[in-house]
Amino acid sequence: MSNVLIHAADAVTTSAGANNPVLNISIFAAFVVVTMVIVIRAGRNNKSANDFYAGGRSFTGGQNGMAIAGDYLSAASFLGITGAIALSGYDGFLYSIGFLVAWLVALLLVAELMRNTGKFTMADVLSFRLHQRPVRLAAAISTLVVCFFYLLAQMAGAGGLVSLLLGIPATDTLATSLVVAVVGVLMVIYVLVGGMKGTTWVQIIKAGLLIAGALIMTIWVLALNGFDLGTLLQRGQDAAASLEVPFDALKPGNKYGKNPIDFISLGMALVLGTAGLPHVLMRFYTVPTAKEARKSVVWAIWLIGAFYLFTLVLGFGALVLVGPATIAAAPGGPNSAAPLLAAALGGPILLGIVSAIAFATILAVVAGLTITAATSFAHDIYANVIKRGEVRPNAEVRIARITIVVIGALAIIGGIAVQGQNIAFLVALAFAVAASANLPTIIYSLYWRRFNTRGALWSMYGGLISSIVLIIFSPVVSGKADPTGALTLSMIKGVDFHWFPLDNPGIVSIPLAFLLGIIGTYSGGRKENSWIAAEMEVRSLTGHGAEKEVHH
Amino acid sequence: MSTEETEKGHHRIDYPAFEETPKYKELRKRQRGFVIPLLVAALAWYFLYVILATYASAWMATPVFGAVNIGLILGLLQFVTTFAITQWYVSYANRRLDPLATELRGELEAKQKAGAA
Repeated sequence: MSNVLIHAADAVTTSAGANNPVLNISIFAAFVVVTMVIVIRAGRNNKSANDFYAGGRSFTGGQNGMAIAGDYLSAASFLGITGAIALSGYDGFLYSIGFLVAWLVALLLVAELMRNTGKFTMADVLSFRLHQRPVRLAAAISTLVVCFFYLLAQMAGAGGLVSLLLGIPATDTLATSLVVAVVGVLMVIYVLVGGMKGTTWVQIIKAGLLIAGALIMTIWVLALNGFDLGTLLQRGQDAAASLEVPFDALKPGNKYGKNPIDFISLGMALVLGTAGLPHVLMRFYTVPTAKEARKSVVWAIWLIGAFYLFTLVLGFGALVLVGPATIAAAPGGPNSAAPLLAAALGGPILLGIVSAIAFATILAVVAGLTITAATSFAHDIYANVIKRGEVRPNAEVRIARITIVVIGALAIIGGIAVQGQNIAFLVALAFAVAASANLPTIIYSLYWRRFNTRGALWSMYGGLISSIVLIIFSPVVSGKADPTGALTLSMIKGVDFHWFPLDNPGIVSIPLAFLLGIIGTYSGGRKENSWIAAEMEVRSLTGHGAEKEVHH
Repeated sequence: MSTEETEKGHHRIDYPAFEETPKYKELRKRQRGFVIPLLVAALAWYFLYVILATYASAWMATPVFGAVNIGLILGLLQFVTTFAITQWYVSYANRRLDPLATELRGELEAKQKAGAA
């Protein structure tokens, strides 16, 4: 049995023989066709801005919870975490937990109050009681920056995945660029035609496929181990101990042990970043009430939590059945652990299905990011900052549609430029910026009455600039020459201008942004309109005057 | 409902005065009093776990039964506490927040109608 498995894994990595590109493409094409039909149907009722940006606010909590899971469980989660567990054991599991615990911030502090006070974007809430234009502009800029980094991460993942899927070497830039372009064009069509409603359905379908696929593989792996998690973990530990470079798969520290502060910094960015991710926040506007927003998060927490429990089994499954050496040598490196496990379990057909799911994952996530960025540009920057709110809703949606095409073009160009870059780093960067630039102002504007415009601007720009500057001067950009771990090398090779010792800026930039909000507020900014502040708080808690569902 | 109507409707309500009503104060106290301490506790528990995993990895690797060690149990407990806090909050919100919020929303809508008439 194990011989067959090793043979399957070998065949996948060494030749395109067992890995059937035609099959892989067919399964993915079927996903595209089915979702496209649904998107076209969903797009028929896209009449108003409420429809286009917020799906008519007509999704149920359960549907939206699925869509949130679809938005959140990106390729970095599915491929990245499975790979991290397969290659470094416990630390991959440790990494996954931050992504789950983070949802408590969204559930307890943010989701319902944002649904009650906002309309389409994060900036709606942040500028509610503060000086409109500067605060809205700052919030929109940070929304665009976070979405863009997140988008680049997905695009980098798409290129890496395809080299595995189609058996093309990652060095074939023409083929990977072509794939990035296909992803970009499909994403633009989905979002243009379907708006938020279509995008949401793509995410719901994708979440269903991803979670079902992971569940089936989890049961399969457990079945091979007598449905005993202890046996699987023991086998994983034994497999890791008998490697050429052995490690203890159940002991923390294989990946993050060298620099504990760095992991604490990453943990802060994950836990505090989620509730500041604009594409997650925007999903709360697609349901009719705050209660449904709460239900969405509850669904999302259970789905996401279950999924990360599956990845623990899948990661150890890949460690035992495929082996770290095979995974590290495969095109796509750690990201190939989940597809290789699928090949080892169910041969080319399961590999095709799992690879198509991973591809669908990328497509759904980029669609969600694109509609968020386009909404923020059209609604915040164009309609409210440039036109000062004097704009017909149709004109605003037209601008949003143009923005979608521009973002698609930028994503394709940027996506080609970042091929081969470390996906996990780009995602961690997006979380760090969201936690630094967005979360402090969200919390202050919902919970601290004295907070004013100057505090918001200092906190948002301070968080945004400090997190990006610290990244630029961190070892991930320059100066890290670690010959043992090819994937942790710096972005720019051959030069060293780093002075910040950590890979993730969160531990500095997040407290700094919180502090700047306080200093800015007390440094003599103008006093805000206390009437509107009272209105905002009353509305946030009671749901009075909240945006209503659209009935067709 | 268009935005203009909403704006007009709202400015007929004296929100600062409404904030001083006992029922509203009670809702605010219940919401703040529940979510803030609970979230602080949850985050403290998460960072305690992260610090143990990074600084006390040898202790975390202590086997408890079979291959299962302390680190694995604490990690799985993070899942358990996250799920438990989620359900606890849902039950609290259903019992203690939603009825009061619905009642206050009704009062505000009545005020708005009276103002518009």
